[in-house]
Amino acid sequence: MEDEKKLIQFQQKIDQDIKIEPRDWMPEKYRQTLIRQISQHAHSEIIGMQPEGNWLTRAPSLRSKKILMAKIQDEAGHGLYLYCAAETLGIKREQFLQWLHEGKAKYSSVFNYPTLTWADMGAVGWLVDGAAIVNQVSLQGTSYGPYARAMVKICMEESFHQRQGFEIMVQLANGTKEQKEMAQDAVNRWWWPSIMMFGPHDSESAHSNQSLKWKIKRESNDELRQRFIDKTIEQGHHLGLIFPDPNLKLNPETNHYDYSPIDWDEFWNVVKGNGAGNRQRLNHHIKAHEDGKWVREAAIAYAKKSNLKQKSA
Amino acid sequence: MNDKIFDYCLRIGDSSLILSHRIGEYCSKAPILEEDLAITNVGLDLLGQAESFLNYAAELKGNTTADELTFKRKEKDFRCLHLVQTPNIDFAFILTRQFLIDCYHQTLFNQLINSQDERISGISKKAIKEINYHLKRSTEWILRLGLGTDHSNQRLQNAVNELWMYTDELFIDNETDIKMDKLNIGPLSSSLKNPWEQLVTSTLRSASIEVPEANLYSLQYGKNGFHTEYLGYILAEMQHLPLLYPDASW
Amino acid sequence: MSDEDQGILWEVFIQVKAGRPFKHVGSLHAYDKEMAMKAARDLYTRRNEGNGIWIVKAENIISSDINDGESFFDPSNDKIYRHPTFYKIPDGVKHI
Repeated sequence: MEDEKKLIQFQQKIDQDIKIEPRDWMPEKYRQTLIRQISQHAHSEIIGMQPEGNWLTRAPSLRSKKILMAKIQDEAGHGLYLYCAAETLGIKREQFLQWLHEGKAKYSSVFNYPTLTWADMGAVGWLVDGAAIVNQVSLQGTSYGPYARAMVKICMEESFHQRQGFEIMVQLANGTKEQKEMAQDAVNRWWWPSIMMFGPHDSESAHSNQSLKWKIKRESNDELRQRFIDKTIEQGHHLGLIFPDPNLKLNPETNHYDYSPIDWDEFWNVVKGNGAGNRQRLNHHIKAHEDGKWVREAAIAYAKKSNLKQKSA
Repeated sequence: MNDKIFDYCLRIGDSSLILSHRIGEYCSKAPILEEDLAITNVGLDLLGQAESFLNYAAELKGNTTADELTFKRKEKDFRCLHLVQTPNIDFAFILTRQFLIDCYHQTLFNQLINSQDERISGISKKAIKEINYHLKRSTEWILRLGLGTDHSNQRLQNAVNELWMYTDELFIDNETDIKMDKLNIGPLSSSLKNPWEQLVTSTLRSASIEVPEANLYSLQYGKNGFHTEYLGYILAEMQHLPLLYPDASW
Repeated sequence: MSDEDQGILWEVFIQVKAGRPFKHVGSLHAYDKEMAMKAARDLYTRRNEGNGIWIVKAENIISSDINDGESFFDPSNDKIYRHPTFYKIPDGVKHI
C-alpha cells in the first residue's frame, strides 16, 4: 500500500520532469535498470579506449597523435564520470569492475570490432562517436539527476570527437588513391556496426517501454537510429564515399532515409561475446587491473600510514 | 652555429617525443582509472614540448617540418636520451623513468628559461610550469611505492637499480653542450648533475629507497646518435604509415 | 577484491574564476588527499575550467535528510519578504 502510493508520487515527479536524486525514494526496478544502463555505459567508454589506443603509437602526424591522445583521455574521463554516477545508486566501483571481468556486465559491442587501418580512427570518430552522441544528447534529459549531469558534461566534451573523426575522413577522402581506398574500406566495415549500436528494433527491445515511461530513455532505439542515419548520410555525400547499403534512399513521404534490414544474427553474435575481439578487450582490461594490484595495495597502505602519523603527531 | 642549436633542440624535442610515445603505449593500462588520465596529461604535455622544439629545429634547418623530422628521420639522426627509450616494464619502471626525467627536466629548464636564445627561453617558460607539476606528481608516487608495502618498496628499488645506469648520459657534455654554454643558450650538462642528484636523492631517501652507486656504463650515447636497441622498434611503429605511403599527407 | 581497492570517494568543487563561488562538479576516487587533488586537476580542469579546487571526502559531507524535507524547507516558503522583489520601489529610482 505504502509502496503503491510512493510509486504514484514517483511517476508524478517523472511526468513533471522533476529529476530523481540518489536519496529520493525510487522503485527497485528503476534502480536496477539504472545500475545496469549507467555501468554498461561506463564500461563502454573504458573498453572503447582500446580500439583507439591501438593506433596511438602509429598516428601519422604530431597533430593527430596529440588529438587522439586527448580523445582517449576524454573517454577515460567519461567512464569515470559515469562510474561515479552509477555509484550513487549504492554499488561501489570495485563491484562494477568485478561484474565486467566476470562477463556479467556488458559494454557496447561495437568496441569488439578491430581497428585495422588509420582510416578506422576516422570512421570510429565519425560514425561510432557520431552514433554515441545522438544517444547521449537524448540522455541529457534522462530522469536520474546524476546520470543527466554526467551526460551534459560528456556531451560538452564529446563535440570535438566526432569532428576529429570527420576531419580524418576528409583528409583521406581528398588524399591519394590509397588513402581514399582506406577511407572507403573503413566506412564499409563500420557503417553497420554503428547502426547496430542503437540496439534492437523497438518491437524487439526488452527494456524499452518501461524505460521510456520512467524517462530513463527519452527516445526509442529506432527514433535515435533514424536521426543518426539521416544526418550522417548527408555528411557522407560530402566526402564522396559510398555507404555499404544499396537501399539507402530518401523516402519522400517520411522525409527520412530508408535502409536495408539489419543483420541481427551478427549483432547477437557480437553481443554474446563470440569472436576474438571480445576476449581480447576483456583480457586486456583484466590484465591491466591485475598488473596494477600491487600499486593499489601500496597506495592504500601508504594512506593508512600517513593517517596514523598525522593522528599521533 | 645553427647546426649546434639544431642538434640541441633535437635532443630535447626527441627525448620528450619518445617519452610521450612510451606513455602512449601505456594508455588504458594504468592501475586505476584516475591514474590513466593523469599520466596521459603528462604525455600530452611532453608531446607539446616536443612539437615546440621540433618546430624550432625545423625552422633552423629550413625546408622541413616537425612532422618530417618526426616521421621521416633515420634512427641515427635522432638525439634522444637512452633513459626515455627504455620499455614500460611495469608501473615501477614507468614511474622511476618519469621521476628521473622530471628531476632532470626541472634542473635543465630552470636554466633554459634564461637562455639567450629567445625561442628556447619562450618554450621553456611554458614548459617549466608543466614540468614542476610532473615532478610533484611523480615524487608523490615515489613516496607511495617506497613507503607503501614491502613488496612495492622492493619493486621500486629494483626499478631504480635497473634504470640508474641510464642517468649517466644526462650529465655528459658533448660538443653541442660546450657550444651552448659558450653562447649562453643552455647550461653544460655536467653542471646539472649536482642539483639533480640532490633532488633525486632526497626524495628517494624519504621513500626508503637506496641510491645506487654512479655507474658509467657506455660511451655511446643517444645524444650523440648511438641508441639502444629499443629505439628501432619505437620508430618502426611510429613512422610506419608515413614510410609506407611516402606520397600521402596526413 | 578488497573493499578499498579503488580508493575512497571524494567530491570535487571548482571555482571557475577568482571571486566566484566553488561549485560541485563531480566525484573521483583516490587513496590520499594529494592524489585526490591532482586527480581533480587532471580530470575536472582539462579544459581550463579552474582557478581553485576544493576536495572533500564524500563521507565527510553532511546532507539534509530527504525525509525531513517538508519541515526543513517549507517554513521559508512564505517568507517572501526576504527577497528583493517583495518590495515596491517607485519607477525611476535606480541602483537600489
